[in-house]
Amino acid sequence: MLKVKFNILESTCVPLPLENTDTDQIIPARFLSATSREGFGENLFRDWRYDKTGNKNEEFVLNNPKFRGEILVAGKNFGCGSSREHAVWAIADYGFRAVVSSFFADIFRNNSLNNGLLPVVVPEEFLKRLLAMIREFPDTKVRIDLEKQDLILLPTGESLKFEINPYKKECLLKGLDDIDYLLNIKEMITAYEFRNSLRQ
Amino acid sequence: MTPATLFDKIWDSHVVRSIEGGPDVLYIDRHFIHEVTSPQAFDGLRTRGITVFRPGKTTATADHNIPTKEQELPIKDELSLKQVETLNHNCSEFGIEYFGINHPKNGIVHVVGPELGYTLPGTTIVCGDSHTSTHGAFGAIAFGIGTSEVEMVLASQCVLQPKPKKLKITVNGSLQKGVTAKDIILYIISKISAGGATGYFVEYCGTAIEALSMEGRMTICNMSIEMGARGGLIAPDLTTYEYLNRIPSVESRPDFKSLLLRWRSLKSDEGCVFDRELVFDASKIRPMITFGTNPGMGMAIDDTIPGAESQGEGKASFLKSIDYMGFKPGEKILGHPIDYVFLGSCTNGRIEDLRAFAQFVKGRKKAPGVTALIVPGSKRVEQQAIREGLDKVLKDAGFELRQPGCSSCLAMNEDKIPAGKYAVSTSNRNFEGRQGPGSRTLLASPLTAAASAITGKITDPADLLNN
Repeated sequence: MLKVKFNILESTCVPLPLENTDTDQIIPARFLSATSREGFGENLFRDWRYDKTGNKNEEFVLNNPKFRGEILVAGKNFGCGSSREHAVWAIADYGFRAVVSSFFADIFRNNSLNNGLLPVVVPEEFLKRLLAMIREFPDTKVRIDLEKQDLILLPTGESLKFEINPYKKECLLKGLDDIDYLLNIKEMITAYEFRNSLRQ
Repeated sequence: MTPATLFDKIWDSHVVRSIEGGPDVLYIDRHFIHEVTSPQAFDGLRTRGITVFRPGKTTATADHNIPTKEQELPIKDELSLKQVETLNHNCSEFGIEYFGINHPKNGIVHVVGPELGYTLPGTTIVCGDSHTSTHGAFGAIAFGIGTSEVEMVLASQCVLQPKPKKLKITVNGSLQKGVTAKDIILYIISKISAGGATGYFVEYCGTAIEALSMEGRMTICNMSIEMGARGGLIAPDLTTYEYLNRIPSVESRPDFKSLLLRWRSLKSDEGCVFDRELVFDASKIRPMITFGTNPGMGMAIDDTIPGAESQGEGKASFLKSIDYMGFKPGEKILGHPIDYVFLGSCTNGRIEDLRAFAQFVKGRKKAPGVTALIVPGSKRVEQQAIREGLDKVLKDAGFELRQPGCSSCLAMNEDKIPAGKYAVSTSNRNFEGRQGPGSRTLLASPLTAAASAITGKITDPADLLNN
């Protein structure tokens, strides 16, 4: 099944410098009872965005009108904890198309790639500078070029290469899906099962 | 032949195809599903107009959102009811074995798999749940996946997965009094942080690991994810074979003898290379407790919370966390009053955990101000506890044995800790709001939970064991 393609993204950023942001913060468990993939953006960072009485927490970055954009820039170990893909659905549904951090939790990274949300890993030092720059100049635009694997700070022109697995890159660029790939190699899977049954 | 790690042996024998520069196509021997992370995967199959490729290799349980009281009655919460009914419907439609609420085999997916003999050495196991790492205790490659990957397994019995690096963690020596498997893993995570093993698959070795029961080993492997590891495994040995030999469905297999022979080869070869190695001394480990909002923020129970200055770049996150917990840097929390105790979850909801807790509270009384949630990990654990009279021991001490489920570990059902309240919890995560909005979780062992339930404050179990 074709998914949304990813190629070039140019956007301002939303800074979330906190470290170890777990998927329970991204989407609390009490919102996981839905049986569809839609509508999770409404409750993205629910308990940081709203206080106990349901009022907006003005200090939280998503409620700060200065910061807007399709790129979330987050502190290290972003997306740790629960495997819930709902976290990625919530981030994407809210309107983000890429997340930049110095490292992502493994399951979160896989889930992101499977949903066309690009996880971009940058060195910690660069992340620190990027966060400081966004905070000082909220209209800082960043360009992410997946084909070239470049992240460019548009105001200064500073550019940085990022890593991505070539297979996943191809999938994102062409909007391809892992399941299509697996369905195409069914004969190979059956042959594996046969070989394995002989081995046992 | 080049010496190989146990992880490499199992992984490599399950690779259907390696994509150049990309992930491996990994064959999955056993797939577990539950109500929360599977509905969208089944919808995906319907949209594509395909069916489940190998329905016999998937098993479903309802565990995450079910109530732990009055399970005989219909689920009151509408959304939870819908989710459980959806799972039931999906399993009947696609021909998948399903252990629904009240089924004698129902329970938390990671408790049910091992006790039914579905978790076997040398196999690959996945589930849309990060604590799938639990099954690694049997020498299996087991890891959590997202819902898109659940759909992949349903569609093809395979997942596309980049091969992780290998981390060897050795724990040698004997444990002090009052120290359990839970303390070992909380200690390791406190040393390497909540993200310290990201990108790695762990093999646990050493005399302290070998001395553990299967239940203890499951507790260790369960929390591998809490340091960011993809999973963790332990080479099968006599303890593993004896455990499996007690499971009728395994022991009665016609190929049991040949399986045993094969399992004996499941160990890392002498001279094999890991990407990273860490060694810990078991005798230095004290009963552990967490003081912050990630499992890496743990310390010996009588220690003091570190100062903010020691946190470097992470200072702001550290202070936010300590403030959420209502603590201060440099503070000692031993003796701090608590409101709730939770015994249960896929980390510590097995029969051995209930026994340890019951034995500790036997002849004692729960502190009046403490609310306790004692939740067995499965129907079988519940029945075993009743057979052993643990429910009566608990009752005499002021505790009530509830019905199985994930319960207060993630508080999707009504077992929530109220805002601002402190809970000594035997579960695996102390994230903000994990046990209910505003709840404050202190992760600890079943013994520490028992000791704290008796005194009403954070208590070192070794102090009560001495009396």
